[in-house]
Amino acid sequence: MRKDAAVGRHALAGVVQFESVGLRYGTGAEVLRDLDFTLSKGSFYFLTGASGAGKTSLLKLLYLAQRPTRGRIRLFGEDLSDLPRDALPDFRRRIGVVFQDFRLIRHLSAYDNVALPLRIAGRSEEEIGSAVREMLDWVGLGDRAGARPATLSGGEQQRVAIARAVISQPELLVADEPTGNVDFEMAKRLLHLFNAMNGFGTTVVVATHDLGLIAAHPGAEIMRLDSGALVDPTGSLRNPPRLDRIEVRP
Amino acid sequence: MIWERLRAGNPEARLLPAEKLHGPTTAVTAIMTFAMVVVAAAGLALANAASAVSAGAENSYIIQIPAAAASDLPKAVAAARSLPQVRSITPVPQSEMRDALKRWLGEAAESADLPVPAMATVELAPGSDPAPVEAAVRKRVAEASFATQSSELKPVLGSLRALQWLALSLVLLMASATAAAIVLAARGALNTHRSTVEIMHGIGATDAQVTRLFERKIAGDSIAGALLGTAGGAIVLLLLGSSLAAAAGGLESAPLGFADAGILALVPLGAVVIAVAVARSTLLRALRANL
Repeated sequence: MRKDAAVGRHALAGVVQFESVGLRYGTGAEVLRDLDFTLSKGSFYFLTGASGAGKTSLLKLLYLAQRPTRGRIRLFGEDLSDLPRDALPDFRRRIGVVFQDFRLIRHLSAYDNVALPLRIAGRSEEEIGSAVREMLDWVGLGDRAGARPATLSGGEQQRVAIARAVISQPELLVADEPTGNVDFEMAKRLLHLFNAMNGFGTTVVVATHDLGLIAAHPGAEIMRLDSGALVDPTGSLRNPPRLDRIEVRP
Repeated sequence: MIWERLRAGNPEARLLPAEKLHGPTTAVTAIMTFAMVVVAAAGLALANAASAVSAGAENSYIIQIPAAAASDLPKAVAAARSLPQVRSITPVPQSEMRDALKRWLGEAAESADLPVPAMATVELAPGSDPAPVEAAVRKRVAEASFATQSSELKPVLGSLRALQWLALSLVLLMASATAAAIVLAARGALNTHRSTVEIMHGIGATDAQVTRLFERKIAGDSIAGALLGTAGGAIVLLLLGSSLAAAAGGLESAPLGFADAGILALVPLGAVVIAVAVARSTLLRALRANL
C-alpha cells in the first residue's frame, strides 16, 4: 500500500500508523525496515509476501508482542513509543489475534478458551456465558463447548481461536495464516467470519500466502512485504489492481 | 473434593492445570516448617528455662564461711534473720554439702580432714537492698562472704541466652532457605506454564492478573506444606516433651506454655506469608522482563 494514498485517505481515521518503523532481533540485521503506512478504520487488508519476508514480525508489532527498534507506531490514536509497559494490556484488549498455531490453552475447554478475553476484561460470568455460547454457535461449535483442544480437529481449533479473537469485538483483528490448516471450504467460511467482523467496523489484517483467499475478497487492500520492506510502488497489488497506475506497454 | 469444587466454581483457578500436592513448594514448605517449629520450640524452651533459673536466683543470696570458721555459721544466720528484709534463711546441712562433693571426690568427700565450708541460702524481700544484710553478717563473722546466686549462675544463663539466639538464627536461616526455594519454584512454574502466560498477556492480561494465578496455586501448596510440617513438628514435640522438660533445668513447670504454643502457631503462618510474598515479587520481576 502506498503511504501517500493511505495517509491522504485515512489519516484521520487511522487505527494504526507506522512511521519509519524498523525491527531487528538482538544484534541481527533488520527484519523490517522503513515501514510507513496507515491502516484505516473498518478496512480489510491482506498481508502477503514470501516466507521470511517479515509478515509474522509485522503482525507482532501490530498485536504488541514486539516494540519497534526504531520509528514510531500510533495505535488507536496513541503513540506507543513512550508508553509504559503497564499501559499495554488496555491496548491489547482492543486487538484480536488469531495465531497460526492457534495458541489455545490445552487444559481448558473450548468454552473457557473463548471466554478468556472476557474474563481478563473482568466481565461477569452471566455476561460471559451468553456471549460465549453465541460466539460458539456463530463458528459452528455450539455442541463442542466442553471439548478440549486436543479432541478438536485442526479446523475446529482454528474456529475456537477465531471465536476467542473476536468475542470482545476488537477494533483491530490480526490473523496469521488463518487458513494454513484448513481446507478450501473451511477457508471460505473463515473468510466469511472475518468479513462479518469487518462489517461491524473491525479493521482486519490477514497474513496469508493463499491467493485463492485473496481472490475471494476483491474489496480488500493488499500489503506486500519483500525482505522486510513494504513493496507496491505502483499500487498494482491493490485488489483489484489499480490499472490506472500500471504502465501499459504496447 | 472441596478443593476441586472450589476450582470448578472459580474460572480463574482453572487457568493453571490441577496438579496433586507433589510439587516442590509443598515438600519444601513442609520440611522447612517442620524444622522451624522444632527449632523454635527448642528456643522457646531454652528461654523459659533461662527465665525460670533467673527468677529463682533473683533475690537469692549465699552466705559462705570458710571451713576454718564454719562453726560461726549460726551467728551469721542469727544476724541475718534479725533484719526485716530477710524473708527466709536456710543453712545448708554439712551432709548435703558432702553429698554434693561426692560427685567429684568420691568417698574422700566423707573424710573429716576435708575442709568443707559452711553455707546458708538467704532470700530477701523483692526489691530490698542486700548491703545492710551483708554488713550485719560480716560484722558478726568477718570471714563470711555474701554473694548473689545470679552471679554464680551468670555463665549458665549466658549459655542459655546464646542457645536462644542460635535457635532464632536457625529459624531465620530456614525462613531464608524457604524463600530461596520458593523463588526457584515460582520461576519453574512460570517456565512450565509459559505458553499460558504468553497467551494471557497477548490478549490483554496484566502482570497482576497473571501473578494472581500462580500466587493462588503457591499459596495453596504452601498452606498444605505448612500444615503437614506443623503436624509433624507437633508430633515430634509431644514425643520429646519429657526431654524438653529436662532441658528446662528440671523445673516443675512445663517447658512450653500456651503463649509459646501461640508463637509456634505463627511459624506456619509466617512460612505461608513468606512463600506468597516471595512468589509474588519473583513472578512480577520475571514478568516485567517480557514485553
